[in-house]
Amino acid sequence: MTPQANFMVLAAIDPTRETKLRALLASMNEAPGRVNTTNALIPFAQFDTLHFARFVILDDKTLEDVRVYGIPVRTYPLYLAFLGDIDGDLNAFLEKLVKSSGKGLRSVFSCCAGFRYDTDLVRWMKRHGAPAIANYVNWRGRTVRRIREEAALAKALEEYLQSHATALTGIPPREILSNLQQFVNAEKSAGRLTLSDESPTPIGWWIKNALHLIGVPLLFLLTLPLLIVIVPILLIRLRRLEKTDAELCWRVDQAHSDALASLEDRDVANQFTAMATRKPGFVRLWTLIGILVGVDYAARHLVRSGRLGRIRTIHFARWVLLDGRKRGVFFSNYDGTVESYMDDFINKAGFGLNAVFSSAIGYPRTNWLVRDGCADEQKYKDFLRRHTLPTQVWYKAYPGLTAIDLERNRRIREGLESSSMSEQETREWVALL
Amino acid sequence: MKQSEVEYRDVQGLVRFGYAKMKEASYVHLRVKDVAAARAWLRNAPIASAVVMTPAPSTAMQVAFTAAGLEAVGVPPLVLARFSQEFRTGMTEENRSRRLGDVGSNAPSQWEWGYGTSVPHLMVMFFAEPGRLHAFMQTSKGNAWNAAFEEQRWLGTADLDGVEPFGFTDGISQPQIDWERQRNVTRPQLDYTNVVALGEFLLGYPNEYDKYTDRPLIDADSAGAGGLLAAEDAPEKKDIGRNGTYLVMRQLRQDVRSFWQFVNRQAGGNSVEADKLGAALVGRTRAGDPLVPMQEQAIPGIGPDPEEIRQNQFTFAKDPMGAGCPFGAHVRRENPRNTDFPGRPTGLAKLITMLGFGPRGFRDDLMSAVRFHRILRRGREYGPELLPENALAPAPPNDPERGLHFICLNANISRQFEFLQNAWTVNTKFSGLTGEGDPLIGNREAIPGCLITDNFTMQKDGGVRRRVSGLPQFVTVRGGAYFLIPGLRALRYFAGDGDR
Repeated sequence: MTPQANFMVLAAIDPTRETKLRALLASMNEAPGRVNTTNALIPFAQFDTLHFARFVILDDKTLEDVRVYGIPVRTYPLYLAFLGDIDGDLNAFLEKLVKSSGKGLRSVFSCCAGFRYDTDLVRWMKRHGAPAIANYVNWRGRTVRRIREEAALAKALEEYLQSHATALTGIPPREILSNLQQFVNAEKSAGRLTLSDESPTPIGWWIKNALHLIGVPLLFLLTLPLLIVIVPILLIRLRRLEKTDAELCWRVDQAHSDALASLEDRDVANQFTAMATRKPGFVRLWTLIGILVGVDYAARHLVRSGRLGRIRTIHFARWVLLDGRKRGVFFSNYDGTVESYMDDFINKAGFGLNAVFSSAIGYPRTNWLVRDGCADEQKYKDFLRRHTLPTQVWYKAYPGLTAIDLERNRRIREGLESSSMSEQETREWVALL
Repeated sequence: MKQSEVEYRDVQGLVRFGYAKMKEASYVHLRVKDVAAARAWLRNAPIASAVVMTPAPSTAMQVAFTAAGLEAVGVPPLVLARFSQEFRTGMTEENRSRRLGDVGSNAPSQWEWGYGTSVPHLMVMFFAEPGRLHAFMQTSKGNAWNAAFEEQRWLGTADLDGVEPFGFTDGISQPQIDWERQRNVTRPQLDYTNVVALGEFLLGYPNEYDKYTDRPLIDADSAGAGGLLAAEDAPEKKDIGRNGTYLVMRQLRQDVRSFWQFVNRQAGGNSVEADKLGAALVGRTRAGDPLVPMQEQAIPGIGPDPEEIRQNQFTFAKDPMGAGCPFGAHVRRENPRNTDFPGRPTGLAKLITMLGFGPRGFRDDLMSAVRFHRILRRGREYGPELLPENALAPAPPNDPERGLHFICLNANISRQFEFLQNAWTVNTKFSGLTGEGDPLIGNREAIPGCLITDNFTMQKDGGVRRRVSGLPQFVTVRGGAYFLIPGLRALRYFAGDGDR
């Protein structure tokens, strides 16, 4: 199994070069919201282990919200974030990236403060790395290569079924399966289809993952005596806070709304970047950290592959805390429109959404951290839209494919290669076609 | 929070009635020529309310405004700004068009109306029993009409006796509005119900989230606000939205010949098979019967009329493989009849489902709960009838246009109409499918990475599905706009004689 890795480079933009940076980023697109995958700066299509990538200028327009807590408005540097989700080893990817697109990366990063053109790019990017506090991968081990091979398989089967429709009518599922197995084997022998075997899981990753699996609960157990004392106090305090925290939910202005919408719905999937300042104070900070560590742990070890709770439309997502954990950004890659995405969250994962996002200033009022909140649908949607940032460049390695498509293709392949499906499983498998 | 009874005399009748007995109808799009005259006409217009009258009236008139129309009659910008963004920016906003599938031959630039300067200010809708329409329109217009308005276009309608132009019985499934305000939405809904919270169809009342949809509220001492009702959720304010709702109108041209010729060709000329395929595309037979068996358990809001029970007392829960009614069939897309949780789990099972450890089937839990996405349809057909058996003949020269003046009412355009249109109609990935939009009303536009969108799949249990490809586009959008169909108090506020 080839595990997925991710990176995020975060660097302050040199204010005198912001305009130039924006122009450079725009030059990577062929139209608003549509990246040119072979653009001169970073031809994303070259990297066959890259799932998603984006460049986004973290220009949070809600910084003044802290005033509701009587805190002076801080000015943060305007950051450029460059992030991606990849297969396999991160170092190897970064080396490859720099080797083939070093020049493009240098021109982009030369718009950042303190970047020297002759600097060692890989080292610079690592030094400016912003690790995620929580990360979600729809299907760990599903590589870009695998996705493409399985999509080709589905297409070949579709064509075969269309041209052999009559011959396949009225025959039992098991025969259909063996018929298709023969076809696929012949296609493989002829070199028209490739279905690569899984690579062995890197031992280093395996050990790290196992340590994480045990380590986090162990840490939890070790600190339990302390937590038993602290958590009730935290909860009482939190309860008081959530009753008085201000809600800052109003509809965004038309220009902001248009800027976001013009980038959306160019593919069956969309990008999402949202940023906010955390509510001040120790209680909110540690609640957020505790919850995000929990989310990360669950996403890594507990959730069922292909799902984040009940949600099956997210490819990759992550939470990153910035500026001494005073601010946070949420990135995701999801299927469908932002409207259906928000509905999904409200109706299917409202509790988790509230637990995480209620740490953001202005979030609709929660009740015991997980209740209410986003159940105030319009306030929540207004809140979220207000915090959503335009993503300047967004790349997806498999346009036209949703996470459900990937799931269907995976199941089709798995069934083909299985030798032990029951009668019922074979029926369900035939229904996938 | 005070829960009051609905003041029916403040609600325009169309929200409560379909005016089915008034078989004649005509809609006129207007531009305001003279503001004072327009206001004067509006103040005196005999607009039908939702009060039940005995004997039933034989005519009815309704009035709806676009955002441009509200501006034209002088509604203050600050009030206008509080209406929904969809309504204010309109149906033809570029990014919205992409979501609604209004691209290619459906693009607003190709429309007959609703784009650029052809956006109406007002729509006046006339309904009448047979033979009475013309006279009713004349008397309703009165003297001020000509001074007040410029008539942009008249949209006539045809009475096809409950059948839409393709030949299928239409309007069978409608949500039942909870006028009595009995519905409790605070707990997860485990059973499908046809009763929908009043606030989904009228502004000023709680919706399916038990919240009040955004609408303009103004200070009680604002000019002209005296006649308005107080907002239930903010009693110190007056509610301009109360008892009004949004009206979505789209003129949909239906290519009846193309539909039946395609279906007939696929069926190899066999008319029984053609009818079967037609029914599969629609999800109901021509007579309106569902393709899945009726369930025994009653569904709230359906019945007691036995015909209604026969045609509507069903869900798709018993057809998980799509073998009865294809997943992509028009009616299964537009109303999947699902609930908040698939498989109605309770107790621990519910918690397990919530955490994502419920059923692991490929198609489990893919769709949003339908109760947040219901619309009330009030459309009427236009153009001469063309029976399916006659539709096989090639079109004569100057074959008249036929189709549907689609009209629906909803309190939240983006969550109701637009969601339905985008996520369930245009979406080629609906319900785990791929490569197919709505077989009846979808466009067939390619999307990046997914060039084929003109398939239609009929699932089989225990066999390979039948996939029809090369579906032509049967329906083309010819015009459209978002309107507000205000409560009558709000209408009088809009038409106030210059005291603002």
